[in-house]
Amino acid sequence: MSDRLLTYAQALREALEQAMADDPSVIVIGEGVPDPKAIFGTTSGLIERFGPNRVFDMPLSENGMTGVCIGAALSGMRPVMVHQRIDFSLLAMDQIVNNAAKWHYMFDGQASVPLVVRVIIGRGWGQGPQHSQGLHGMFAQVPGLKVVMPSTPHDAKGMLAAAIRDPNPVLFVEHRWLHPVTAPVPDGRYEVPLGAANILKGGDPDSVTIAGFSYAALEALEAAKALSSCDGIEVEVIDMRSARPLDSSTVCGSVRRTGRLLVLDPAFESGGVSGELIAQVTEDCFASLAAAPERLCLPDHPGPTSPYLSETYYPGPQQIAERVLRMLGKPLDLGGSSAVMQALARTGRHDVPHTSFSGPF
Amino acid sequence: MLRIRRAEEALADRYAEQEMRCPMHLCIGQEAVAVGVCQTLQSRDLVFSNHRAHGHYLAKGGDLTAMIAELYGRATGCCGGRGGSMHLIDLEAGFMGATPIVGGTVPLAVGAAWAASLRDTGQVAVVFFGDGCFEEGVVHESMNFAALHRLPVLFVCENNQFSVYTRLDRRQPDRPIHRIASAHGLRVDQGDGNDVETVYQKARMACELARSGAGPQFLEFSVYRWREHCGPNFDDELAYRQTDEISAGLSACPVRRFAAILLDKEVISQADVERWESEIASEVSLAFEVALAAPVPRAEDAWTKVYA
Repeated sequence: MSDRLLTYAQALREALEQAMADDPSVIVIGEGVPDPKAIFGTTSGLIERFGPNRVFDMPLSENGMTGVCIGAALSGMRPVMVHQRIDFSLLAMDQIVNNAAKWHYMFDGQASVPLVVRVIIGRGWGQGPQHSQGLHGMFAQVPGLKVVMPSTPHDAKGMLAAAIRDPNPVLFVEHRWLHPVTAPVPDGRYEVPLGAANILKGGDPDSVTIAGFSYAALEALEAAKALSSCDGIEVEVIDMRSARPLDSSTVCGSVRRTGRLLVLDPAFESGGVSGELIAQVTEDCFASLAAAPERLCLPDHPGPTSPYLSETYYPGPQQIAERVLRMLGKPLDLGGSSAVMQALARTGRHDVPHTSFSGPF
Repeated sequence: MLRIRRAEEALADRYAEQEMRCPMHLCIGQEAVAVGVCQTLQSRDLVFSNHRAHGHYLAKGGDLTAMIAELYGRATGCCGGRGGSMHLIDLEAGFMGATPIVGGTVPLAVGAAWAASLRDTGQVAVVFFGDGCFEEGVVHESMNFAALHRLPVLFVCENNQFSVYTRLDRRQPDRPIHRIASAHGLRVDQGDGNDVETVYQKARMACELARSGAGPQFLEFSVYRWREHCGPNFDDELAYRQTDEISAGLSACPVRRFAAILLDKEVISQADVERWESEIASEVSLAFEVALAAPVPRAEDAWTKVYA
């Protein structure tokens, strides 16, 4: 493993730069791609290196421009589109679902759409009802699309590289709070396969498997570490890394040992990938379950803006640990560790990932 | 034009047998736009179309037998039976695809033109759509981007006045469609879509301009839909069009009109027409025979090719 530390945003930028250097058909387009903020730094320097014929700003025409990118992809290009919020990509639902996802199938495999659509989900600084939704589950329902959501800088680089080389349309989901996360990232070229979950931390038999999507995987890891150090409870943590394909077999393998499943998804609870994962695990290894699977997601109401309204909207590591203790029959009022609650107590405001994060974005 | 007409008439005649189990939108009466435009294109130029695509597909050189096989759901259909009449493709002929979401392929043609422009291939992209499609936002998004980057693309609007049974004046204000395209910064032209020579001349000019870097072109042609929106029949008994409108539409027949001109100028003879009729009848009949003899796809194959 490399010692070099990069942020998730820098890792994405490096993946784009290397892909563009290796393949002249890779182009990048999106609202704000060449601007000074450069999509949270993920596209900075690209226009200087590759020029205005490969790095484009875009009219505010999400559906039309997605179609334009599909047409370019059918004609030999490998476009990478960027939407600063997944909410904006809803305007392109027709092109993504009806054209990109279907083209290969409905034309009997004669053509394919090598298109990457980067979308940002998440929260913070009062983004509110239309700037912070986790709608990846809606896209994950569509055969023909891949919907991936790496949570580490290493995987961000490797999965973006893989997404760009993939012959299929890939929705690449980034949680806004992942962009500043820093971790070792190799400087060379590499790919991380799309659709394979990753076990971040091994757990004991007869414990709990926590399967987390995107940022929730890192929150799960934080909770798991505190449960280990405070209470000696070793839960297993799986970073799902992809919503479609959905790697339920890795989760089943884990549940067969731990006997319990807690799914975390930074999205509305009903009708999303958390329920799909629980359904698949329940179908495939029901007999291994010592208890009913549970999930921690966002409440089934729009995400409000005011910090006073959103204070309890987002479950964090503390709520995850508390849920694990309850699933193990050790709730706090029955002697569950309060040390772990103290260790995971939030410091600072709940609407920013850390003190260096400031508004308005 | 005659070949498209006779092929579609044969489809209409056999549709009642209920073996073509897919929606079918015939372009009978509207052949001149497909033929006049595609006649100006090179085989490497790229065409996109919509639900009413038979004419565009055949005019661009799409394989007739593969199209008929597709309507019959055969494995040898141009989409292997996955699309039916509303999904046609023949990449060898430069027919990139037709789909039935109104407006869905318009930005794709712009994207193909964008790729051609970025790679400097000299190709032109063309998209056919109707007056109803012009109401879709994506069409205006597409024109905006095409004009912004001066892309080599032809927007061809076949204005038959109807979206299913809803007349244009109930959907759009009283102003010419092509004027809106002009305001988007496109060079526009318009004319009688029943006159194949007019269509050809206007398309040739537009194609030359697009290929030489003059930017996107918009052509609006008035046409008349002879039969029902979807299906093989005439539907004049529904009385959504007045009798005089119907008779004017039918009398403008682009096939008969062009034949009359050519006969009058003695470019062709009646014997030529009879020979073509006979050749086309044989070709169409053979195409049906081959298509119907082709294997059907296996149900389990429906699981394949979801991903490339």
